Amino acid sequence: MSAPIEEPGEVLAADGTPLKRSLARALRVQKLRALMLIAPLLIFILVTFILPVADMLYRSVENQIVSETLPKTVVALESWDADSGEAPDEAVFAALAADLQIAAEQKIHTKLGTRLNYENPGMASLFRKSGRQVKKWDLETDGPFKEQFVDVDEDWADPEVWQTIKTYAPKITAGYYLNSVDMKLGADGVEVRPESERIYLTLFGRTLFMSFVITASCIVLGYPVAWLLANLPMKTSNLLMILVLLPFWTSLLVRTSAWKILLQQQGVINDILVWIGLVADDNRLVMINNQLGTIIAMTHILLPFMILPMYSVMQSIQPTYLRAAKSLGATNWTAFWRVYFPQSVPGIGAGSILVFILAIGYYITPALVGGTSGTFISNRIAFHISISLNWGLAAALGGILLAVVLIFYYAYDKIVGIDNVKLG
Amino acid sequence: MSLPSYATTGEKAWYYGFRVITGLIFFFLIAPILVVIPLSFNAQDFFTFTPEMLRLDPEGYSLKHYRDFFSNSDWQHAMVNSLKIAPMATVLSVSFGTLAAIGLSQPHVPFRRAIMAILISPMIVPLIISAAGMYFFYSRIGLQGTYIGVVLAHAALGIPFVIITVTATLVGFDQSLTRAAANMGANPVTTFFRVQMPLILPGVISGALFAFITSFDEVIVVLFVGSAGQKTLPWQMFIGLREQISPTILAVATILVAISIALLTTVELLRRRSEKLRGIA
Repeated sequence: MSAPIEEPGEVLAADGTPLKRSLARALRVQKLRALMLIAPLLIFILVTFILPVADMLYRSVENQIVSETLPKTVVALESWDADSGEAPDEAVFAALAADLQIAAEQKIHTKLGTRLNYENPGMASLFRKSGRQVKKWDLETDGPFKEQFVDVDEDWADPEVWQTIKTYAPKITAGYYLNSVDMKLGADGVEVRPESERIYLTLFGRTLFMSFVITASCIVLGYPVAWLLANLPMKTSNLLMILVLLPFWTSLLVRTSAWKILLQQQGVINDILVWIGLVADDNRLVMINNQLGTIIAMTHILLPFMILPMYSVMQSIQPTYLRAAKSLGATNWTAFWRVYFPQSVPGIGAGSILVFILAIGYYITPALVGGTSGTFISNRIAFHISISLNWGLAAALGGILLAVVLIFYYAYDKIVGIDNVKLG
Repeated sequence: MSLPSYATTGEKAWYYGFRVITGLIFFFLIAPILVVIPLSFNAQDFFTFTPEMLRLDPEGYSLKHYRDFFSNSDWQHAMVNSLKIAPMATVLSVSFGTLAAIGLSQPHVPFRRAIMAILISPMIVPLIISAAGMYFFYSRIGLQGTYIGVVLAHAALGIPFVIITVTATLVGFDQSLTRAAANMGANPVTTFFRVQMPLILPGVISGALFAFITSFDEVIVVLFVGSAGQKTLPWQMFIGLREQISPTILAVATILVAISIALLTTVELLRRRSEKLRGIA
C-alpha cells in the first residue's frame, strides 16, 4: 500500500506513507491489540456478572403476569372508571371468566393471585377459590357472569379488587420500588402505606446507621494501629502487619463463628467477666443476637480494610514535617492536629468508603449474630428470594441498595482511583 | 520513634499509654481467631474452656471434633466440593484476568477507566445482589444448581483480585524487555511465556491465591446459585452455625485458619520476591 505524496516536504515513513498517518495506524493497532487482550475477560464478566445484575434490575420493574394471565380482562377494564365506586359491568366479568378458565386449566391463576396478594392481601385466596369454580362453567350458556362471580366471592363486587387489577395491568410497574420505600400504588396514584405495614425505610435507616457506626469504630480503632505500623522500624512493623493480615485472610465464617462463641451467654467473654466478678453469674450480658453483636463482629471483620489504606497513606507522610512544626514551637498536639492529621485524611477517606461499601451489603455476619434487631437490608432481600418468593420486591430492594453502593463506588473512584486499590 | 532521653513524664506516660492502647487493638484483631484453636481440642461438647482445659490436664483435650470432621459424610462431601470448585474457578479467573491485566497495562487503552470500573465491580457490588442476580439469570439459562454455574459465578468474583494484583506487578514492568525479545525474533507467544510471564509470575500467583480463597470462603453466591449437590465447606459451616451449632465447626475453623496462615505466608514471600525482581526493594 503506497499512498501518493500530497504535500511536498511532508515527513515520510520508510515505506513511503506520510509519517503522521503511519504513526496513527501504529497507535490504532496498539489500541486494538490491548482491547483484544481485554475482550475475553470483558465478555466473561458481562455474561457471568453484569447480565445477572441487569436481569435483577429488570425483574424489579417487570410486571407481565397480569396482562399475560388476564389479556381480555385487561382490555375490557380499560373502559371502566376506577373512581366510579362500583364494580365493572358484565362485559368485564365475561372476559374474566374466559381468561380465568384458560388460566385455571394451565394452573397459573394461583401465581397471579400470589402476585396481586403482595399489593392487596386477600387476592390469593380469591383467585384460588374462583379458579376452582370457573373451571366448571360453560362460557356459552352460563351467563351472566357478574352474579356468578359475586356468588363465588363477594369480593368481586368490591371496586378495590378491580382497582388493584387495573393498577397492576401495565407491563412495567414502579410498584416494587414503591413497596420498598413503604409506599404503594393505589387507585389515586402513590400513597404511603399504613403505619403497621412500614418496615423497609426503618430497615434501610438501620442498615445505614449501623454501617456508619461500624465505619466510625473502624476509624477509631484503625487510626492508632496504622500510625504505629507506619512509624515503627520496617522489621517490627512487618511483623505486626501479620496481625492485621491474618484476620484479613481468615475465612469470614471462621471469624463470625469465633464471635458467636465468644459473645454467647455461656461463652468465653461472659465466663471471664463472671470469674473476675464484674458480672453476676445469673446476670450474664446479652451480647449476641442484637445490634451490639453485629457491630462488634463486623468491626472486627472490616478493620483490616480500614488499616491497610490508612497505612499506605501514612507511610508516605514525611516525618520531617512534624519535626519542622515542633521546632517552630508547636506543641505535640498542634503538630499532630495541624500538620500530620490533614495529610492522613486521604487514608481515612479511602478506608471509610471501602468499609462503608462493604458493611452496607453484609449478609452472613448479621444473619448469624444479628438476631432480629441486628439484621440488615440484605437479610430481607435473601428472605424475599428464598422464603417469601416475592422476587420482584427482592430485586427492587437490591436495586436501591445497588444504587447507594454505586454512588459510593463512584466517589471512591474519584477520590482514590480504582487503580490504587491495594491488597496486602 | 523511640522515646528521646529528654522526654517529660507526660510524654513518657503518653508513649507507653499509646502502646498499651494499640496493643489492645492488636489483641482485639487476633484473639478471636486464636481462641478458636485451643477450643477445637475440647474433649467436651462445650464452646468454652472447661476447668480441665484451664488446668492443662491432658484429659480435657482430645481430637474427637477432628475425627468427627473426617468421618462425617456431610463434611467430607462439602470439603470435596470446595476442593473441586475453588481450583476450577481460580484457573478461569487467572487465565482471563492475566491476559486482561496485560492488555490494561499497555500504554494506549481506550476507555481504560470504564473497563477497569466494570472489571473491579464484582468486588464492590454487595454479594447478596450478585447472588440474587445470578440466581435469577442462571435459572433462566439452566445453570442454576450446576457445578458450572457455581464455578462461573466464583470465577467472576475472583477476577477483581487477579486484575488488581497483576496490574500492580505490571506497573514496574519494563516494556523494552518485550521489544528486545521481539527484536531478536521471538514471536508474541514466545515473548509472553519466556520473558513476560516469569517476571510477573509472583503477581499472578498471589492473584491466584486471592481468587482461590475468594471461592473457598464464599457462602452467599453458592447458597443461591448452587443446590444441595454443590454444598461447599462454608455452606456447611453456615448451616451448622445457624441451626444446630456443633463443636465440629471449631475443628473446621482451625483447619481453615491453618490454610489462611499458609496462604498469607506464601503471598508475603511472593510479594517480596516480586519487589526484588522488579528492583523496587
